[in-house]
Amino acid sequence: MSQEFRIKEKGYINRNKTINFKFNGKNYTGYEGDTLASALLANGVHLVGRSFKYHRPRGFFAAGVDEPNAKLQVELNGHSEPNVNATEIELVEGISATSQNCWPSVEFDIGAINNLLNKFFPAGFYYKTFMWPKSFWYKIYEPFIRKAAGLGVASIEKDRERYEHKFEYCDLLVTGSGPAGLASAYAAAKSGAKVILAEDKHRFGGSLLMDDVSIDNLSGKDWTDKIVSELKEMPNVTVKNRSQVFGYYDHNMLVMFERTGDHREKKSEFTPRQRLWYIRCKEVILSTGSIERPIVFGNNDTPGVMLSSGAKEYMKVYGVLVGRKPIIFTNNDSAYETAIEFKNNGVEPLILDTRKEQNSDLINEAKNKGIKIKFNHAVIKANGYKKVKSAIIGELSDDKTEYKNTNNVECDCICVSGFWTPSVHLASQSGNKLKFDKEIDSFIPDKSKQNEITVGAANGDFTLKNTLNAGFKAGNEVSKKINNKDVAIQVPNVTEKNHKVHDKFWCSPLPKNLKAKRFVDFQNDVSVTDIEIALREGYRSIEHVKRYTTLGMATDQGRTSNLNGLQLVSNIENKIVPEVGHTTFRPPFTPVTIGTIVGREVGKHFMPTRLTPIHEWHVKNNAVFVDAGAWKRPRYYKIGNETMLDAANREAKNVRDKVGICDVTTLGKIDVKGPDAAEFLNRVYTNAWMKLPVGKARYGVMLREDGMVMDDGTTTRIAENHYHMTTTTAQAANVLSHLEYYLQIIWPELNVNVVSTTEQWAGAALAGPKSRDVLAKLFPNSNVSNETLPFMGYMEANLFGIPARIFRISFSGELAYEINVRSDYGMFMWEKIMEIGKEYGIQPYGTEALSTLRIEMGHVAGPELDGRTIPYDVSLEGMVSKKKDFIGKRSLTKLAFNQQDRQKIVGLIPLDRKTSIPEGSHLVLDKNAKLPNPKLGHVSSSCWSVENNNPFSLAIIKDGKNMIGKKLFAVSPLKNKSIEVEVISSHYVDHEGKRVRS
Amino acid sequence: MLYIKCPYCGMRSQNEFAYGGDASVKRPELNKDVTDKEWDDFVYNRKSLRGKHIELWHHVSGCRQWFKAQRDTATHEIFKTATMNEEI
Ligand SMILES: [Zn+2]
Repeated sequence: MSQEFRIKEKGYINRNKTINFKFNGKNYTGYEGDTLASALLANGVHLVGRSFKYHRPRGFFAAGVDEPNAKLQVELNGHSEPNVNATEIELVEGISATSQNCWPSVEFDIGAINNLLNKFFPAGFYYKTFMWPKSFWYKIYEPFIRKAAGLGVASIEKDRERYEHKFEYCDLLVTGSGPAGLASAYAAAKSGAKVILAEDKHRFGGSLLMDDVSIDNLSGKDWTDKIVSELKEMPNVTVKNRSQVFGYYDHNMLVMFERTGDHREKKSEFTPRQRLWYIRCKEVILSTGSIERPIVFGNNDTPGVMLSSGAKEYMKVYGVLVGRKPIIFTNNDSAYETAIEFKNNGVEPLILDTRKEQNSDLINEAKNKGIKIKFNHAVIKANGYKKVKSAIIGELSDDKTEYKNTNNVECDCICVSGFWTPSVHLASQSGNKLKFDKEIDSFIPDKSKQNEITVGAANGDFTLKNTLNAGFKAGNEVSKKINNKDVAIQVPNVTEKNHKVHDKFWCSPLPKNLKAKRFVDFQNDVSVTDIEIALREGYRSIEHVKRYTTLGMATDQGRTSNLNGLQLVSNIENKIVPEVGHTTFRPPFTPVTIGTIVGREVGKHFMPTRLTPIHEWHVKNNAVFVDAGAWKRPRYYKIGNETMLDAANREAKNVRDKVGICDVTTLGKIDVKGPDAAEFLNRVYTNAWMKLPVGKARYGVMLREDGMVMDDGTTTRIAENHYHMTTTTAQAANVLSHLEYYLQIIWPELNVNVVSTTEQWAGAALAGPKSRDVLAKLFPNSNVSNETLPFMGYMEANLFGIPARIFRISFSGELAYEINVRSDYGMFMWEKIMEIGKEYGIQPYGTEALSTLRIEMGHVAGPELDGRTIPYDVSLEGMVSKKKDFIGKRSLTKLAFNQQDRQKIVGLIPLDRKTSIPEGSHLVLDKNAKLPNPKLGHVSSSCWSVENNNPFSLAIIKDGKNMIGKKLFAVSPLKNKSIEVEVISSHYVDHEGKRVRS
Repeated sequence: MLYIKCPYCGMRSQNEFAYGGDASVKRPELNKDVTDKEWDDFVYNRKSLRGKHIELWHHVSGCRQWFKAQRDTATHEIFKTATMNEEI
């Protein structure tokens, strides 16, 4: 029979809708409103996985975010996700889950042999065992650890789901919809504040769904429904369920993920699976509640052992019995509610209370219902392998360190309660230093560092009355701050049961004759013994103990284990817990999928793409593109079966022999305007700018203040107070910021404005001996002769009715021009040039050919201007004015920059005239020298010289000036090459620079 | 992520800004003889102090203005922002 542990007519599930699902290959059913965990428990399935280190069988331990064991591999909508918390994922039709960390199956796991060999897996096991020899790492240790320790399997398929990001601003963010959260959200909302209420579960209410209380004569659930429906009506309130706030960052920026898709049976194509919210809020109320902590005892990880609060939630919310013969093991009153709930459902529980006999509302109710209670008793050890079968219990001695008597009691589950731990993770992330509250043996928030306040159980307040009071008060305080409104809310009448003080009993001692592991951290398999070993080996700082034992380092962040671990350390060290301190809480509070973090920024949306107005033409003409920052630039235009090198050589040769055209729209362009523009340029560039006439261009080099070359380019004087500056594609944004820095901060007295015009102009470089012929036909009404438009000349002209700018500048070393038109006319210009250039044999060329042309000429570019070269290094010292001051000039006097053997740019050719020299190769004197082989320099740029038909490279090399003619080796361990090279001048072609002036 | 008040645009998230370093550094005047130490103090030497720090920010994805902010380097609290010609 299916769902045999389902209680009739209990819970908030929808029994009219049966849902089919699979677990480890078997078919099961559950109901709408179940989690995967509650549905499995309804079917009597407790064994869900194997533990991390020892591969011990593990079962459900909790019902929510505190679950340490039930991490499953879940298949849904065609994708597979590891480490999904079964207590948090809602049941939907077709979901299929499998256990992790077990092989071949969860029922029979070979790795469980680790459990028998456990003396080989003590604390610090990884540190001690896998230390050496180093060579064992890749072949033996790492594969072993990976196979043995792997939890789930990450999918290697592309994630086809959609994830979204959202930015939100509000007056108040309330995290958690238990009594504290509802009260504070309600009070603040009433004053008109913009409120977001976030609840990580699908149902609102938190503890109100489970606890036996009444508010204004309504049950906790009914009161929750009333408040939530009122909140939802208010236009100033956003109420979000399935939404976990997982990170608290600076300036009240909180991050939340919302599960928007997985719970839907039919999801539209555009519904995201999850949504990440960045929420900037004026105030935060943390109402994150508390988590029950376990009591540690022997074999306390056996399936069937779980938190008492979890057992109660399964009964009350999901109508599921976690066992029919329960033992309730507690040091406080709250577990009595679990016992009473069992009894109400016809199950006879046995309560073991570590305290002396006493009376309270709850204890008396349990007594009156005839529930068996053994005071002064503890569970010593659970028996059973894949499921609890019985428990050894004992009557505690007066000092609670041993037992007066012990016996074995049959049971099928043990519900344990070691009191409550406030969830202070978000408060701690906000910068709030925690303080220890002796009354509740836990840390609670101390002084706020940001605009946040913690209320309710998260603040150590465990009574409903106080919690509601604090909530309403906090909400009202926030509205006073934000809207200056004082909206006093009538605090409702509350009925709840009083509790007696809990017992500071958190670990059952083991009698000498009993052997059993007592786990503190389930998810990372850390036992009491491991912590004892760490301390015995000298670890004292709790941060060190944590790392050595891995206590609290798993994805559950030690939610159920932190305090017990601290208690253990403090006991052994004979300190009180606050002296031991606590480890740091860091985001995320719960695991977040990578997809959610990435959001829509995948594939082509990873970053913006910048296309030139001529892009379509490049596509049609078989351009192969390369990314230049966000730009797509044609790398080469492929014809037939050409390789890249073939194409680049053909294109470059065509420039040298005839004429080529290159899309240079991507070059940075900056308009520099104002009466002081010349003076400004004079300070920015290393060379002189005061005397540049209108209609002329000049090449300029700019430095950083530390003397390193920042960028180079030509700047043209368009009009008296108007200059057109160009930068390299890569440095365009940096140069603009640089100029703004000097104009706004250093020299505000200069009357100059700068603005980027990169997007406004489309540019085409026309290069090659035939370029003037093409130009003349393009501009039949303008005189473009060498006399009227000489090298570094500029003119404005008319391109078939369109205003154009012609610059006679050259990057290739050939006779060349650059034509700019308004971006909208870019394509027109390009097509016109191609049409007219046809008879001259024009061909487009891409960045590969562009590089070839400039390398052959010894022109430096990005690889040489790498932020580590001064003008001398790249043979630009001729550009440095001796007469005037400029940015970075003072640095050039540094001793290191004036050494005789200072590095300098040179050319290289392989002795065999055949082998290309890989860029990045190191230059050494002797390729066989002992390592480390002294490095003389490196190869910065390489090409195939189309002019000389052999490889040619540029290199920056120590004492480059005196190295011409020497023979060296270029070694590239990366490419496994060592090539004998000859050092030559960096100007391999047209030494005198005649062509550009021709 | 910090929340920064651009003196021109108002409150904006940190990802619109670029950090510009210590605002108290003064560039030596042009054409003036400076010692190596003065120059190195300008180019390289920074205090990396803990606590209140007056620094430069650039609203790169906004109005493109440089401005000053007084921020606590330990807590990230921003006490004040000001335009370049205002005192902070
Ligand atoms: Zn701004």
